[in-house]
Amino acid sequence: MARDWLKGAKQKYDTVIIGSGLGGMTSANLLAKLGHNVLLAEHHYNLGGMATWFKRKGGHVLDISLHGFPIGMIKTFRKYWSKDMADRVIQLKNIRFDNPQFTVNTTFDRVDFTNLLENHFGIMREVIDEFFNTVREMNFYDEIKLSTRDLFERFFPGRKDVWRFLMEPITYANGSTLDDPALTYGIVFSNFMSKGVFTYQGGTDELIKEMKREMESNGVDIRTHCLVDKIYVEGGKVKGVRINGRDIECSTVLSNANVTTTIQHLVGEENFSPEFVEEVKNVRLNTSSCQVYMGIKRGEKIDYDGDLLFSSVADEYDTDKILSKDVSSRTFSFYHPFIRPGGNRYSIVSSTNARYEDWANLSESAYLKEKEDLIETTLDALEKYVPDIRKVADYFEAATPATFKRYTLHPKGTSFGTKFEGLKVSRELPNQITGLFHTGSVGIIMSGWLGAANYGVIVSNEVDKLLRSVKAEASMAASSA
Amino acid sequence: MTKEQVRQAILDILTEIAPDEDIHSISDDGNLRDQIDLDSMDFLDIVMELRKRFNIEVPEKDYEFLATMSSCVNYLFPLLGDRKLAS
Ligand SMILES: Cc1cc2nc3c(=O)[nH]c(=O)nc-3n(C[C@H](O)[C@H](O)[C@H](O)COP(=O)(O)OP(=O)(O)OC[C@H]3O[C@@H](n4cnc5c(N)ncnc54)[C@H](O)[C@@H]3O)c2cc1C
Repeated sequence: MARDWLKGAKQKYDTVIIGSGLGGMTSANLLAKLGHNVLLAEHHYNLGGMATWFKRKGGHVLDISLHGFPIGMIKTFRKYWSKDMADRVIQLKNIRFDNPQFTVNTTFDRVDFTNLLENHFGIMREVIDEFFNTVREMNFYDEIKLSTRDLFERFFPGRKDVWRFLMEPITYANGSTLDDPALTYGIVFSNFMSKGVFTYQGGTDELIKEMKREMESNGVDIRTHCLVDKIYVEGGKVKGVRINGRDIECSTVLSNANVTTTIQHLVGEENFSPEFVEEVKNVRLNTSSCQVYMGIKRGEKIDYDGDLLFSSVADEYDTDKILSKDVSSRTFSFYHPFIRPGGNRYSIVSSTNARYEDWANLSESAYLKEKEDLIETTLDALEKYVPDIRKVADYFEAATPATFKRYTLHPKGTSFGTKFEGLKVSRELPNQITGLFHTGSVGIIMSGWLGAANYGVIVSNEVDKLLRSVKAEASMAASSA
Repeated sequence: MTKEQVRQAILDILTEIAPDEDIHSISDDGNLRDQIDLDSMDFLDIVMELRKRFNIEVPEKDYEFLATMSSCVNYLFPLLGDRKLAS
């Protein structure tokens, strides 16, 4: 008989969290610390969602989304996780660009960018300062009509090389394009520019292990292999969920599944107002990714000292080209031994933005062949920087939008949730149905490790508020009875 | 609680949220945001801590009262004045 992954679970929880991405786990941990009874249900066998890794024969450990995050993550770890985790955050100092327009090396912070914009690109200092101040002051409540293209046009008219320098890394970081609102660009770009790019020493495996330990010690009931396929609603209020066919009661649900999936499939459109249902239909998903993982043989090393390389052979920055299956732009992450001290191992991961449609409808043999091609063309491109890559690496594997969809259940394998309008829909859920909340990658600004984790906190504050009032009512009722 | 105790309660919360900052140098009328480098997430933490410790709900429209130490004390004193210090 199949194992019962819910064995020993209670009949009722204060809150059920659907999905263990960084948004879901940060919420689970915080709500448990605030004294609530939390069940965390994850359909996969591992926790982490996109924040994940895999191990392969030969001692290879490969990370999926540990290319880098902004310094804000230190504070987020310290406040909502632990000081130990915060202390593991280290800077990646060698960020490289190589494309037909320019080749530069940077620490990816405001000081260094200012210097490069002035001396390498010949932009006037006043313009640079004004640009930085403008983007830093953008916030969530800003006018969203201004597009990123308008913003660049205003500060750097006609300077497509500068646009590329400022935009390409952000496109990789969250899938946004020149047509997305300038404020989504401004918030994410400023987060990075504050101090540079950071990573987690020990790797994603250590991070998730720590998070699991922390959640357990705070009393979260963690369940993997647990698929939630229904959120029950009655009289406009959340009543419970169905997990692996079993019903569990709860007055609040916090879904870390995709926001559109939550509404359309888990709750069902019939439970929302018709206007809201229409609004949800207009939410655009963000694009997905392809990755190629290269494991370096034990005892071999790579003589390239960059940490992150934005490499492209396209003449200029162009969203269509970036998304095209005929890949011309790649981000290479070089994982040096300092990421996992003691192991003395290297790995390289190549990431490209990609469209689900290009990969979803292939026959199995065509799909496998395309994956092989992706690996081969990636190795060809990488030979420019690591000439002996085919000799020093002994493990190769590729992931496509179909892979991301299979593991995280995100529609179309979206890597970064939805476009901006998705955030409003996510925020609106509790007004539509009492007790229904969503957190995780959404609206561009709430995506990435930092965005997803912090959004988990923002929404937990609202869940806590509701739970406290529910509990106060219940105890009033009990004492008057 | 006296006003002084309310002030101390706020300082306790700030110490937890921003352990690396010199909490004692905070002046009453300067912006907290500037004096100890608080961001919007930190303000959210203050709201959550007030709820946890004192069962006080600060609605979003009142967040402006958390701007300086003296506006915090003036805002919270009527809400906390009749409370005994947590034992
Ligand atoms: C290739 C790639 C590279 C990236 N690189 C970086 C990077 O370098 N830096 C950075 O900051 N960010 C990066 N990101 C983005 C970052 O990883 C994500 O934004 C973030 O991890 C998303 O967290 P989340 O809370 O939205 O949850 P997700 O990671 O999307 O997780 C959602 C979870 O919910 C589970 N789930 C869904 N439906 C159900 C259900 N019905 N029942 C049970 N469980 C369910 C899924 O299995 C999954 O575990 C990258 C993303 C990708 C794809």
